[in-house]
Amino acid sequence: MTEHIPTTHELETPTAIQVVDLVRDYPRPRTSLFQPAPVVHALRGVSLEVKQGERFGIVGESGCGKSTLLRLIAALDRATSGHVIVEDTDITRLPERRLRSLRENLQLVFQDPMSSLDPRMRVRDIIAEPLVVQGHPASGERVRELLEAVGLSADAGDRYPHQFSGGQRQRISIARALAPRPRILIADEPVSALDVSVRAQVLNLISDLVDELDLTLVFVSHDLSVVKHVCDRVAVMNAGQIVETGYTGDVYAAPQHPYTQRLVSAIPTLQRALSGATTADLLAKGESA
Amino acid sequence: MNDVLTVRGLSVTVRDTALVSDVDLTVGAGERVGLIGESGSGKSLTALSILGLLPEDVRAGGSVRLDGVDHELVGADERRMSRVRGRDIAMVFQEPMTALNPTMRIGDQLAEAMLIHKTLAKPAARTAAADLLDRVQLPAETLRAYPHQLSGGQRQRVVLALALANDPALLICDEPTTALDVTVQALVLDLIVRGVVDRSSALLFITHDLAVVATVCERVLVMYGGRVVEAGPVAEVFTRPRHRYTEGLLAASDLETTSRRLTTIPGNVPPAGRFPSGCVFRTRCAHATALCEETPPWTGSETAGFACHHPAGVGND
Repeated sequence: MTEHIPTTHELETPTAIQVVDLVRDYPRPRTSLFQPAPVVHALRGVSLEVKQGERFGIVGESGCGKSTLLRLIAALDRATSGHVIVEDTDITRLPERRLRSLRENLQLVFQDPMSSLDPRMRVRDIIAEPLVVQGHPASGERVRELLEAVGLSADAGDRYPHQFSGGQRQRISIARALAPRPRILIADEPVSALDVSVRAQVLNLISDLVDELDLTLVFVSHDLSVVKHVCDRVAVMNAGQIVETGYTGDVYAAPQHPYTQRLVSAIPTLQRALSGATTADLLAKGESA
Repeated sequence: MNDVLTVRGLSVTVRDTALVSDVDLTVGAGERVGLIGESGSGKSLTALSILGLLPEDVRAGGSVRLDGVDHELVGADERRMSRVRGRDIAMVFQEPMTALNPTMRIGDQLAEAMLIHKTLAKPAARTAAADLLDRVQLPAETLRAYPHQLSGGQRQRVVLALALANDPALLICDEPTTALDVTVQALVLDLIVRGVVDRSSALLFITHDLAVVATVCERVLVMYGGRVVEAGPVAEVFTRPRHRYTEGLLAASDLETTSRRLTTIPGNVPPAGRFPSGCVFRTRCAHATALCEETPPWTGSETAGFACHHPAGVGND
């Protein structure tokens, strides 16, 4: 594993999220009466540190454990061992009733807005829900403000999620996430289900909001080129471990770990294709999966 | 080079709503042609109408001819189409789990493809099935497996093996790697290209990913609002786009840009039937004028051209 040496500037910045040697094993259903149940090692000792105000990317293919890691950071799941420290609080073994400040400070945006938005709630209620749950008064003013911040018209609040396109629904998810004024925003594949032209709009929106509201962003994606555009630093995950961490530009330009090399070379890009790269070149550093 | 697939004036309508209008498309033997566009642009419907697989109340018009098939494919009855499908034209869909029969072993499904079209008899079909699996780099044990025992990438390779079983003249792939991881995508794309090159089959490759199409195809058609708005060789269209939609699409997918903000196309793709009259892109186009209320004529040759009143790259922007 390669670690970058922090500069003095970074040492002064407080840490937003610290993950120490995190392990999560899932037992699978027993297959035999006489043998112990098989275990899936979803995370095998993951450590990382995200500074405040940083845009941190997590990249990996399906099944590498990136969603498990997110769930643990958001305290939606319990770790087998290890620690998750969010803004100086070790949340790893806190009971639900003591997670209130985490639930306000850390918010999530999921990949599929159709399954993360309640189809029977009006958009204004969806956006106000995190406030209501936390016991804050949810004013119509705040909802309108949030709708405007994500580029939706005020009358959008009266409608239902199915009346919106994929990109607009993702804007609603972002507005909901921002409602309790979080300091950390976690986005799990927020643009994977979107068309190219809409993807650019949503990426710009996330980027602008992170700047304006001074958020710490954790951006998870299987697409290294999207992460490269959005994030300052990136961790590459494979088989439940982080195989490489570094500045996105460096990791993309000169990947160190064999897995990252394979991942980077497999990404088709317009530039490479136009200079004559074929599908065989995508496999250049890889072997059959 | 003789044309394997010739599509002329293809239109697809559901009741009174036009979903695809006036699509012309030819694919030559051994040629790899890409069809790109965002969701709702009509690219999948174009593919389905070539195969005669449109849903019940959706109608196709125009003409689709395939080299070696002596009848018109548009409006052909199911009995005749079922002889063409899987033998002369094969298709790889996006979601391999729905394309495979969950209750049949892989080997039986592969053999069935050849038995149904009587291209091979039973013992030979079994040997051929093993050979096909070998060509998509799957072990011979896969013959005995059921689809649910395979990963997404393995399933998609089985679907590809099935599609190539009868050496089709035309292979249509509709977003074949969208559901796959990048490293698996690289392998599947390479197998598709090698599969069609080995057989000198024609390939019609549908995707929304410009980088994928640039890697796989030689020629590309850009669709928007059910119309082909631009066509030409990949190197030409992607370096010197003429239609404003192509230009916007290229700018929006450029993640290599050094600026923090990406260039976007304003607005959303309208739902089917809500595209404007005249130029379909005019409601989202920064260059639109009153002239764009008229349908722009096709400029250029049949294989390389565009339909735009205010094309990019003429020094007036």
